[in-house]
Amino acid sequence: MIEHLDSALVDWSRAQFALTAMYHWLFVPLTLGITFIIAFMETLYFKTGDPEWKKASKFWMTLFGINFAIGVATGIILEFEFGTNWSNYSWFVGDIFGAPLAIEGIMAFFMESTFIAIMFFGWNKVSKKFHLISTWLVAIGSNLYALWILVANGWMQDPIGMHFNPDTARNEMLNFWDVLFSPIAINKFLHTITSSYVLASLFVIGVSAWFLLKGREQLLAKRSIIIAAIFGLLSSLFLVYTGDGSAYQVTQKQPMKLAAMEGLYQGTKGAGLIMIGMPTPGKEYDDNKDDYVFKFEIPKLLSFLGYGDTEAFVPGVKDLMEGGFEYTDENGEKHIALSAQEKIEKGKLAISALAAYKDAKELKDEEQQTISLKIFKENFQYFGYGFLNDPKSIIPNVPLTFYSFHMMVGLGFYFILLFVVLLILLFQGKLIEKKWLLRLAIFTIPLAYIASMSGWIVAEVGRQPWVIQDLLPTVAAVSQIDASAVQITFWLFLAIFTALLIAELKIMIKQIKIGPKEGGH
Amino acid sequence: MTVGKRLWAIILIKLFIMFVILKLFFFKNFLNDKFENEEDKADYVIEQLTKPKNINND
Repeated sequence: MIEHLDSALVDWSRAQFALTAMYHWLFVPLTLGITFIIAFMETLYFKTGDPEWKKASKFWMTLFGINFAIGVATGIILEFEFGTNWSNYSWFVGDIFGAPLAIEGIMAFFMESTFIAIMFFGWNKVSKKFHLISTWLVAIGSNLYALWILVANGWMQDPIGMHFNPDTARNEMLNFWDVLFSPIAINKFLHTITSSYVLASLFVIGVSAWFLLKGREQLLAKRSIIIAAIFGLLSSLFLVYTGDGSAYQVTQKQPMKLAAMEGLYQGTKGAGLIMIGMPTPGKEYDDNKDDYVFKFEIPKLLSFLGYGDTEAFVPGVKDLMEGGFEYTDENGEKHIALSAQEKIEKGKLAISALAAYKDAKELKDEEQQTISLKIFKENFQYFGYGFLNDPKSIIPNVPLTFYSFHMMVGLGFYFILLFVVLLILLFQGKLIEKKWLLRLAIFTIPLAYIASMSGWIVAEVGRQPWVIQDLLPTVAAVSQIDASAVQITFWLFLAIFTALLIAELKIMIKQIKIGPKEGGH
Repeated sequence: MTVGKRLWAIILIKLFIMFVILKLFFFKNFLNDKFENEEDKADYVIEQLTKPKNINND
């Protein structure tokens, strides 16, 4: 008998997860980056004994404290959702997800929490050296905290180091180090934390620019801009490097995401990288419309970034749907790509074989178990495709992925330019005269958040329909619960998180207006 | 109210809402709530994964 799955349930569950993840991410990147900026400043205070550095450290620590207090534990909601809304997924991932999250909780959370207490309340109670070490450990701890969740996310983009147990329907970890050091996970971690350093740098610069515009706290503001602009510039350059690494990994593991990021429907040899462009609205993979209304591209760069060869073939959405092109796998072996329909058929074979294996096990029919298991293992890599009925459902939202990717990259290069200009003018002693630039620096704070969010949209929307790449689509991951229950909690979360955001902004702005003198602890 | 006290109040209210209201009343663990042992959970998920479904867009 064929069951019916309410599409509203899937849509509301996705919307709720996206809402909570994005609100959670409003708080996280500032924490990851500003803790290092505070640590740099406190190190300078420790080395020089200059009280102005202590004042700066304490001021930024206050703003960090506001962000941390309001943001802390907002990520727990996501774990609630795993258990309630995404029970098939939670079961299916098994200890692959559980192990990194447990380490995250035990190691990083406790390390971070312990030393945060010393960092905030330990001034004049512990030695300067011990306080400085605590501040550094808060910075390192909060970044380690991010490592584990990003390792788990990296595994979902490229599931390796595990074995699927057909008796329990769970993935079991075979090699922890394969999961931890998966190239996708490493790139994701480095790219995410460095983007957070850039965001925090822009936050510090924006707030400092406001002080300069108001003619207040000029020494603190200038010093803060120097630290943040150098940190932001170095992070941005590393971000370009890790971005290149991420693009390479996406090319190898998630070619459909790459095609969506570039709006590339018709694959080509020597593909260019789109700098500015507009994908044709309403474009379908199998129509004859041009891919773009207009485009400005750097010739052959996409082929080079993805394959290290300017003449390499980059498959587009149409090629990935229809298959038939030659590609080389990670072991250097050449294959002919399957079409989406062929993958769906193989996926359905894997699902039927799993069902047959379960039945044979109940009947204690060992021969049938062996046959079913063989078919299952041969087709397991396409398991997730078996849940899809329409081949088109393997295509993500191309315009959203394309624009998010190009917005992220465009803003990233704008930030580099801003850091360089700020540093030059600051060292020339002309920054205070450039009121327009100071206003631009304030205006850039929300742009940093938009760039950061865009990155997550590329990563998560671009990999749809997969929750776990090729193995589990979103539609198969949800729990059979009432869509209206998910809808209620969606609005509840929207209200709670919006209240938290308003509280953050109000308290933060008030504290910035009070300034560093009264802002200590 | 100082900023520190206000933040502590926000943290406590938030944790109360999350762990007492949301977790207890809205976010029960679906599988733990329905089944008592791991085997039953596995059987249920295998059944969910192997039973074909049509998306109902109504």
